[in-house]
Amino acid sequence: MADKILMKGNEAIAAAAIKAGCMHYFGYPITPQTEIAAYMAKVMPKIGGTFLQAESEIAAINMVYGVASAGKRVMTSSSSPGVSLKGEGLSYLAGSDLPALIVNVQRGGPGLGGIQPSQSDYFQATRGGGHGDYHMIVLAPASVQEMAELTVKGFELADTYRMTAMILADGTMGQMMEPVSIDDLKVNPAPEKPWATTGTQLSREHNIVNSLSLVPEELEQLNFKRYERYQVIEENETRYEEYKVDDADIVIAAFGIAARVSKNAVDEARKLGIKVGLIRPITLWPFPKAPFKKAAEHAKAFISVELNMGQMIEDVQLAIESKRPVTLCNRAGGMIPDPDQVLSAIKEVNGGIA
Amino acid sequence: MAVYEKPHALIDVPLHYCPGCTHGIVHRLVAEVIDELGIEGKTIGIAPVGCSVMAYNYFNCDMIEAAHGRAPAVATGVKRADPENHIVFTYQGDGDLASIGMAETVHAAARNENITVIFINNAIYGMTGGQMAPTSLVGQVTQTSPYGRDPKACGYPIKVCEMLSELVGPEYLERVTVNNVKNIRNAKKAIKKAFQNQIDGKGFSLVEVVSSCPTNWGMTPKQALDWIESDMLPYYPLGVYKDRSAEEKEAE
Repeated sequence: MADKILMKGNEAIAAAAIKAGCMHYFGYPITPQTEIAAYMAKVMPKIGGTFLQAESEIAAINMVYGVASAGKRVMTSSSSPGVSLKGEGLSYLAGSDLPALIVNVQRGGPGLGGIQPSQSDYFQATRGGGHGDYHMIVLAPASVQEMAELTVKGFELADTYRMTAMILADGTMGQMMEPVSIDDLKVNPAPEKPWATTGTQLSREHNIVNSLSLVPEELEQLNFKRYERYQVIEENETRYEEYKVDDADIVIAAFGIAARVSKNAVDEARKLGIKVGLIRPITLWPFPKAPFKKAAEHAKAFISVELNMGQMIEDVQLAIESKRPVTLCNRAGGMIPDPDQVLSAIKEVNGGIA
Repeated sequence: MAVYEKPHALIDVPLHYCPGCTHGIVHRLVAEVIDELGIEGKTIGIAPVGCSVMAYNYFNCDMIEAAHGRAPAVATGVKRADPENHIVFTYQGDGDLASIGMAETVHAAARNENITVIFINNAIYGMTGGQMAPTSLVGQVTQTSPYGRDPKACGYPIKVCEMLSELVGPEYLERVTVNNVKNIRNAKKAIKKAFQNQIDGKGFSLVEVVSSCPTNWGMTPKQALDWIESDMLPYYPLGVYKDRSAEEKEAE
């Protein structure tokens, strides 16, 4: 096993992307994800890859669209306000069934907001982010190692299903340093892409990458087909971590940094004799409905811990079909709940169900 | 000897363009150039949003449909994906290139991105039914300038070649038109040079084609071609606005 090295989460994403065979990166400066671009700027020219600082977020995502059309692994990264600008491109990537990896290291919003960690782009990410019916595969890392692993996974899933994958991290994940192993990452090479626009070499019909379809009957069928694919993804690619859920009276839902804080609170509550567990969705889309549904058979209440005004809580309620009460425990605007706040929420909910 | 042949790079299907529209001429010129340079197999074209949005159905090479104004960014991606083996061109109208996509245009030019840009300037938004374009002339009546373009309210039409020529970056900028046989021949020469520059690795080459839109100008095709001569060309003079290699050679 290769040695672990100490890296920032943002750097781990960049290193893992290159390991995954991504030779093209386009970005625009925005805090708190600039280390990704800085890493790419340093490394890409030395390995024959492309680092290009685009004139805008919009240009960056469209450069991604170009490389993806040509069938190569490609990524861009940004933070919340920048991802809003990429929304148009995300919709076109979906409409043209192109694979790409998008990283959102979230900061507090709305508007220009702040630069401290947030999870307030959950709705934007899990519902698509741009116009039209579509999804992205949304991956939520909770450690620097997972930043690296999910980056590789994101490229693979994007290629397999011909769609965008998004790493939905927060400023904490991007900025914090942890030991990480890049060399040990397992990478599946990109599949053949016979649909790509790489030139016909006069040996095949021309390929067209396109999201325009003016006949409504045909556009409807395209949407139906895309959602059939989404169905397969929901069945095969849902990922989550469970922690002490089996006997839990109270189940916490939390992802990213909120899940790490919540884990501490679960341990503290257990010391007090309160049976609490944690379900940490790793894929936010597809949302892991099954473990929540199963937990609702024995748990009396749920708590959604989020760095926003309550977004994932709606998916928890949907997953358990509102059969149990779901309480929100949150901070917003760049603030992070501490374990005591989560513990207080657990005690309060426990008092209500005792 | 063949008197008339359809270029191989142009697919033999009816075009959807209005009678008298010059898109058909320019499509043909681009296709002839692709044929003559023998590059169809490695060429990837980027269609815009606008009247030529469905250009992907007409060119025989690989084609990509881009979001409105984003073609130069998409082209940048395609080119950088395999610079040695991809010949990349965009085909864009004035709304696409000079309004919503101005930033992408200017920065691709500033980077001297090694792509070819075919810019159709017909001073109007055709596909959406004749709205004022960034290149609509002062006084020009359109759906959204029903009393004529008033510079006090909406400024002056943008001269793209002149503006880009102030940049250090771009290799080649030329404005041509296709309102008569002589001008069509010149236009083809310019388009061929714009592709040849890319093959030679010289960089960003843009050919602005002053074009007609009889439907939305409310003219017959003949009147529209005459209006190019009488009204468009005085404001948009034809000529080479930048030819960096030639300038450098001259300086030597």
